[in-house]
Amino acid sequence: MDVAAQLLAGSVAAGARAIRWLDDGDARGREVLRAIFPATGRAHVVGVTGPPGAGKSTLVDMLIAHERRRGRRVAVLAIDPTSPFSGGAILGDRVRMSRHALDAGVFIRSLGTRGARGGLSRSTYDATLVLDAMGYDLVMVETVGVGQEEMDIVRLAHSTIIVAVPGLGDEVQAMKAGLLEAGEILVLNKADREGFEQTWRHLELLLHLRGGGRAAGGWAARLLPAVATRNEGAGAIVAALDEHRRYLEDSGEFERQCGRRSEQQFLALARAALMADLLSGPGAELLRQVRARRLDPYTAAEQLSAQLRAGRTPH
Amino acid sequence: MPESAARPLRILLAKLGMDTHTVGITVVAHALREAGMEVIFTGLKQTPEAVANAAIQEDVDVVGVSSLSAGHTRNLPRLAQLLQSQGAADKLLVAGGVIPEEDLPLLQAAGFARVFTMGTDTREIVAYLRAWWGERGASQSSST
Repeated sequence: MDVAAQLLAGSVAAGARAIRWLDDGDARGREVLRAIFPATGRAHVVGVTGPPGAGKSTLVDMLIAHERRRGRRVAVLAIDPTSPFSGGAILGDRVRMSRHALDAGVFIRSLGTRGARGGLSRSTYDATLVLDAMGYDLVMVETVGVGQEEMDIVRLAHSTIIVAVPGLGDEVQAMKAGLLEAGEILVLNKADREGFEQTWRHLELLLHLRGGGRAAGGWAARLLPAVATRNEGAGAIVAALDEHRRYLEDSGEFERQCGRRSEQQFLALARAALMADLLSGPGAELLRQVRARRLDPYTAAEQLSAQLRAGRTPH
Repeated sequence: MPESAARPLRILLAKLGMDTHTVGITVVAHALREAGMEVIFTGLKQTPEAVANAAIQEDVDVVGVSSLSAGHTRNLPRLAQLLQSQGAADKLLVAGGVIPEEDLPLLQAAGFARVFTMGTDTREIVAYLRAWWGERGASQSSST
């Protein structure tokens, strides 16, 4: 049995190997994706993001425990930054989830960003497909600690949880421009901390300004408290996730989101492939001229486009 | 999914046993990161079963175990056996920490390729892993 068939049959080692190939850009990963793609589109992909120190890993740990109690199989992709200097990384998010280490219904994978920006790794989307095909009901993606405009997770996940903590006044200010406009569920973690009331009111106001009672039929973002270190708040968060999934399904948005994710990946792959073809073929000479500054980039791009149109064979 | 992607060595660093001394393993982790490797931590007081599961889920190339308390003659062979029985015998096993000289043959027989005893310079660990990764990378690319 090849790796694709093994992972579809539930082999953890095969799934883990497929993710490694995809992360490394190994061509065998693409073969696996081709084979498993029809089996994807079922898992609920949930993003968990927020500033460093907000308690994202501990919150994920709490949500795993809650989901396991009701029998759902859970996978986690925990992303940490790769050093831009050495290319190495220390990936430590599993430490906070170690109580699930012996649970066969839980799969946890640490990924380094490997130069990608936006809080995710290059292979995150591909890895969610593998986990989806392996039959995990819930795939949580924990991003690196982000602040402002890193919104990639919002495009990747069906539902996004933003984790905030009391007292991060400036951080909340910084976040509101980006993340707070996008997340479906906002969790104020460490709710037993001083400053909770003030930050809670601040977030309430932000959600209100954002349109808490959005046009009828829309999704109104939820604000929920949690103390993840004490397992408090999981029930309401999971209920909100369920509700959001139902909302996505009833509105047809779940299917559309899966389609949009595939579309984005197709466009990114096609762009890379076409550019490689162009630059080794008709664009090579133009590229040389631009590099030598004998030709400006605007004219070069127009000429390339004109050449392609002229070269197109009529059917 | 760029084809030109780098392929860093992935190593799981684990602590088996009940001690909570983390200085050594932390120093090693930083040295390996500086050497361009992806280091995955599993936390303290891990059992061989938990470490084996993590190594498989993370699909690491190397499993490095730190042992600073007694029990390594039981725990380390157990970990090696679990990895073998779960089809993960391709991973390089190394150990470090307080391990008496007389236990080395037993660990080697169990499948540990190298034991770094107390006081080992991190540069020696980096050099050893790099050399192994270089050889392994060469054999893999010729076989595919």
